[in-house]
Amino acid sequence: MSDTARSQGAGQPPMLEVRDVARYFDVSRPLLQRLLAREGKRTLRAVDGISFAIPRGTTLSLVGESGCGKSTVARLAVGLYGTTRGEVVFDGNDLSSARADAAQRRRMQMIFQDPYASLNPRWRVLDIVAEPLRAFGLLPDRAAREKRVGELLTQVGLSPADGQKFPHEFSGGQRQRISIARALSSNPEFLVCDEPTSALDVSVQAQILNLMKDLQRRMGLTYLFISHNLAVVRQVSDRIGVMYLGRLVELAPSETLFEAPRHPYTRALMEAIPDLDMTGRERIPVGGEVPSPISPPSGCAFNPRCPLANDRCRRERPGMTRAGATLVACHAVEEGRDRQ
Amino acid sequence: MANALSRALDSDLWYSFSRSPVTVASAAVALVCVLGAVFAPLLAPHNPFDLASLNLMDAFNPPAWMEEGNAAFPLGTDDQGRDVLSAIMYGARVSLIVGLSAVVFSTVVGVGLGLLAGYLGGTTDAVLMRIADIQLTFPSILVALLIDGIVRAALPPEAHEGIALYVVVFAIGISNWPQFARTVRGSTLVERNKEYVLAARVIGLSRVRIMLTHVLPNVLGPVLVIATLNLGFAILAEATLSFLGVGVPPTQPSLGTLIRIGNDFLFSGEWWITLFPGIALVALVLSVNLLGDWLRDALNPRLR
Repeated sequence: MSDTARSQGAGQPPMLEVRDVARYFDVSRPLLQRLLAREGKRTLRAVDGISFAIPRGTTLSLVGESGCGKSTVARLAVGLYGTTRGEVVFDGNDLSSARADAAQRRRMQMIFQDPYASLNPRWRVLDIVAEPLRAFGLLPDRAAREKRVGELLTQVGLSPADGQKFPHEFSGGQRQRISIARALSSNPEFLVCDEPTSALDVSVQAQILNLMKDLQRRMGLTYLFISHNLAVVRQVSDRIGVMYLGRLVELAPSETLFEAPRHPYTRALMEAIPDLDMTGRERIPVGGEVPSPISPPSGCAFNPRCPLANDRCRRERPGMTRAGATLVACHAVEEGRDRQ
Repeated sequence: MANALSRALDSDLWYSFSRSPVTVASAAVALVCVLGAVFAPLLAPHNPFDLASLNLMDAFNPPAWMEEGNAAFPLGTDDQGRDVLSAIMYGARVSLIVGLSAVVFSTVVGVGLGLLAGYLGGTTDAVLMRIADIQLTFPSILVALLIDGIVRAALPPEAHEGIALYVVVFAIGISNWPQFARTVRGSTLVERNKEYVLAARVIGLSRVRIMLTHVLPNVLGPVLVIATLNLGFAILAEATLSFLGVGVPPTQPSLGTLIRIGNDFLFSGEWWITLFPGIALVALVLSVNLLGDWLRDALNPRLR
């Protein structure tokens, strides 16, 4: 189904397109303290110029270490944050104008990381799942709404009777199912999933991922999937973007990325995946620490930790270049130094 | 609405309540005070406001158990021949009405402004919280005195008489909102970044709707505790104002008014006129405060 969805999507604009988007945060200390300490404003570059597009019915995953800006991208993609630079285009329209229109806003939804914080503890599940229905005035009749909530709960593997319960009566995995039911209730086409499984047990993670894939197949959903777990990402993605310090360093079809990672950072991440075959073999960890996004290194942000870094890497910021099916931002790959 | 939840909460609360003898005792004392005040017209042996039934011959009767006591006046009478016990019951009524209204007033103002400051942040937050900070530098009784003074100066005495009760409620209520606002602001800052609020923002709910339906129900827990503790303060503040002679009008004497009137006779030996209203005030405020302390501990998950 996801293939048919993709072929239908041919000629149409992508579900979401992100063009050279940056988002900076002002993390300065209060004015008085700043004057006393004689320091300037401090800007945190959470996202610093990234571009990608997600065709309809497909999944793009963003992976990266904590603090690399992937959650910021998720929030930019649904308009929770405005952009500092660049534009986000939702189905051919500028995102902020699309969000001003309830009929467009209904088409995008978000699933969050922490199943213990994403449901209002004082609301019944019925009201939580029905909230988008009420907000968009989709089913004004109360009985019809309750029926729809029952269907949604069944769809995510819960029982319609669960609608009468409160969130604290459910486990983490069940709560995440409730979150998914809420996100689905307004019949969205585009779902942003911000680490939807990272707070769950491994066995439950697989269930939730299978549920999400199943829903995508049946409803032709488009996902922007945020995760730090490469194994999870491999299971769900059509394409994967690797982020480092607010920038996209590699963007490739899922299998290509795993079979032939190009960027030195991606390769280091692959090295770090736990693997039974590799038990006992020596691993080469990525040396050093992630630099601060407040004062990122000049040139390529990865250069202090990169085994292939040279003077050009320290001076000049690499742009995205095509290498086969892969887009990669690395001078070494561009110059062929990575193959030596 | 929250049937299952409230039942679970009730049972926890009930358990910690029944295990604390001090709390049970103060609840009993508070209950006696409140019932005595509410049903004063039915329970009081005399009506101290019915001038026809007052008899100056009964003035300055000591309490019933003393030598010159009269069984009709268990706690004695004042200079007008009013029964002290009845006056206390009617006075507690005024004290409780003023106290409760003032607490409700400051709760509404404080919670509203705290919610706005916490959720909107930025300039709104800075302005509201600086106002609260400035007000907190004055003792609240001073603020109440100031407001009462302004209203008194602005209105002719006859007009003031009619609205005196509301002025006192307003003065006490407004002097105490910062405490509510600060607490609510703090919890709002925590709640507004939780993912259920983000989910509501993704749907595109208005800020007012998010504040009222999502944030407000989740920040009310501590408010209940502060409100209870503040009830004691408000009753005391009213008594202080009345003692100073700027509170409720003498035609509706509160416990504070009774203490002030009785104070004039303290040195001539008629101690009961001021002592018994004083005991009633202490019992009421102390029991309410002890209940508030218990509620604070019982609702604090870290002390469970």
